[in-house]
Amino acid sequence: MRHSDLKTALTDRAAKVFIGVLFSAVILVALLNLLVPVDSALHVSSYTVTLLGKYLCYALLALALDLVWGFGGILSLGHGAFFALGGYAMGMYLMRQIGDRGVYGNPNLPDFMVFLNWKELPWYWQASDHFGLTLLLVGLAPGLLAFVFGWLAFRSRVTGVYLSIITQALTYALMLAFFRNEFGFGGNNGLTDFKDILGFSLQADSTRVALLIATALALAGAFVLCRWITGSRLGRVTLAVRDGESRARFLGYRTEHYKLWIFTLSAVLAGIAGALYVPQVGIINPGEFSPLNSIELVVWVAVGGRATLYGAVIGAILVNYGKTVFTGVMPEAWLFALGGLFVAVTVFLPQGLVGLASDLLKRKRRTPPTAPQTTNKESPHEPA
Amino acid sequence: MSRPDSLPNAVRDTFRRDQVFSPLRSGVRPVQPGELDARGKYILYMEEITVSFDGFKALNDLTLYIEPGELRCIIGPNGAGKSTMMDVITGKTRPDHGTCYFGQTLDLTRLSETDIATAGIGRKFQKPTVFPEHTALENLELAMAGPKGPWQALLAPITGEQRDWMASTLDTVGLLAERDRPAGALSHGQKQWLEIAMVLMQKPRLLLVDEPIAGMTRQEVERTGELLQSLAGEHSVMVVEHDMEFIRSIANTVTVLHQGSVLAEGRMQDVQNDAKVIEVYLGENVES
Ligand SMILES: Nc1ncnc2c1ncn2[C@@H]1O[C@H](COP(=O)(O)OP(=O)(O)O)[C@@H](O)[C@H]1O
Ligand SMILES: [Mg+2]
Repeated sequence: MRHSDLKTALTDRAAKVFIGVLFSAVILVALLNLLVPVDSALHVSSYTVTLLGKYLCYALLALALDLVWGFGGILSLGHGAFFALGGYAMGMYLMRQIGDRGVYGNPNLPDFMVFLNWKELPWYWQASDHFGLTLLLVGLAPGLLAFVFGWLAFRSRVTGVYLSIITQALTYALMLAFFRNEFGFGGNNGLTDFKDILGFSLQADSTRVALLIATALALAGAFVLCRWITGSRLGRVTLAVRDGESRARFLGYRTEHYKLWIFTLSAVLAGIAGALYVPQVGIINPGEFSPLNSIELVVWVAVGGRATLYGAVIGAILVNYGKTVFTGVMPEAWLFALGGLFVAVTVFLPQGLVGLASDLLKRKRRTPPTAPQTTNKESPHEPA
Repeated sequence: MSRPDSLPNAVRDTFRRDQVFSPLRSGVRPVQPGELDARGKYILYMEEITVSFDGFKALNDLTLYIEPGELRCIIGPNGAGKSTMMDVITGKTRPDHGTCYFGQTLDLTRLSETDIATAGIGRKFQKPTVFPEHTALENLELAMAGPKGPWQALLAPITGEQRDWMASTLDTVGLLAERDRPAGALSHGQKQWLEIAMVLMQKPRLLLVDEPIAGMTRQEVERTGELLQSLAGEHSVMVVEHDMEFIRSIANTVTVLHQGSVLAEGRMQDVQNDAKVIEVYLGENVES
């Protein structure tokens, strides 16, 4: 039995490999972007830097979903909503940083509010003048929503496909609300035309690289956090809730508390991913709440492989890379490709790519050419 | 419908909870999950319990008491309501009518499954329901009595004492060598024992054991019998079984259920000579 505390989670092999690979890639890209001259063949464009940053945000979002779906058995089809809420919280800060550089030049109000003839900043925009409060809001908005939603749903024992449907309804309802101008978040245009963050121009290469590194740090931190949690007794109880909720209840666990815990944490992680995403792509609009986004997210995790954490990260990066390439060639077919991918993975690779890889590895190990005595499937006995 | 040696009907009536403890009855006082008060003569009081499924009465006016430390065997043909009775005790099924108390104060018809488990009622299900992906040891860890909240599960490490306790419980059921195997890979009999070990980790006062020997070899059956007998005394143990021979080898007091109510109750030799019981079990040889 592995009982991890935070230290062992930081130093175990999976974490080391994960962090090593992640930062090698990120630092390499950063150096090739900043230090290599633009006309060199080795130069990495700012577009690529931002693209990689975007992928890492998606990876963090996928990690969050894996925590609830892979480990908790809660198939949320609304996780895009938490991502978008974190994104809006950051977007509001970036809007306030524009100051009087907007089209209307109003120093006190964002453009869309001037356009709507609003006279003063609504109360829920007040925190967005401060970066610290914004960070708080990034976690608080999705966390609070997940907590209230989860409290109601898990307490009434809504599970399975019903839960999936209401999470989908949640994100849909939020999308409709954010589309409305009077809701106060820029309506269907959303928030955009950002200028700078903490005084640094968002157009500058150095800022883009810094955002990429910040995203990598967040992803690594979240990975270690999730390793710690899933390796602790909390993680084992969560798995037990996934595999036999009523049995776990008979063992004295308030299973709804565990689900709520993991669901809320996951929503906060998703919100952080959204907050890192918005300054890199430069816009947040209600389309981020689209139910389709949440479903795509599920496909990433399914493709990578559930309940492994790194599977989700690999799935998110691969599928999104595929999407970038694919939509460049024939954009209208992407949804079909995505659907086909999901069906194929569900039917042929229930454990995802990670499961496939570990199967292949096992098979290779199990049939060493000279060893004749490998009929036994495995020998799990280890001296205690 | 009576307990011939220990409890004449008149005495039984005075022990009816609703007469002795009327001020404490549900509805008068909010029932809080809490400590077991086991000072009474019995640890479990089931009175006039009726459970219907779409009009079919799975339990029909069932009255049954269990003493502290007692090993009680429940027999009865398939569909007699044995599992349903355990469902009522563990809060999984709510009775349409009747009262069910654990100790003097805990109203089992109103407590949640979790509270009932915490209060000290452990159940081994008819089908083994161990967690297949967790190892044998992890299954015990899951079952272990103690703080059950998510924060404690994250932050409180397992102590050496708890480790020893898990190991010795695994040893009790003979599974120490399998501690690191996934429970799904254990044999059927081993799963049954693992599940008994899990129930023991909850430090229950009352152990409900539903058909423990199904699918076991002879030797395993024998060991199970010894195990259950060794558990009685410290715990009250309620065993549901079909197997007459097994019951005879372990039983003190036997309750026969039939069509949802008690057909007979008493020592095994009395019960198996009871004309009503023989009739119900016609075809099954009670004597041999
Ligand atoms: N959830 C249920 N819905 C409908 N009928 C049920 C349900 N549970 C049990 N029954 C019926 O109640 C009767 C008693 O079942 P059970 O308690 O499982 O019997 P036993 O354990 O003694 O074999 C059976 O006839 C069974 O079909
Ligand atoms: Mg049964």
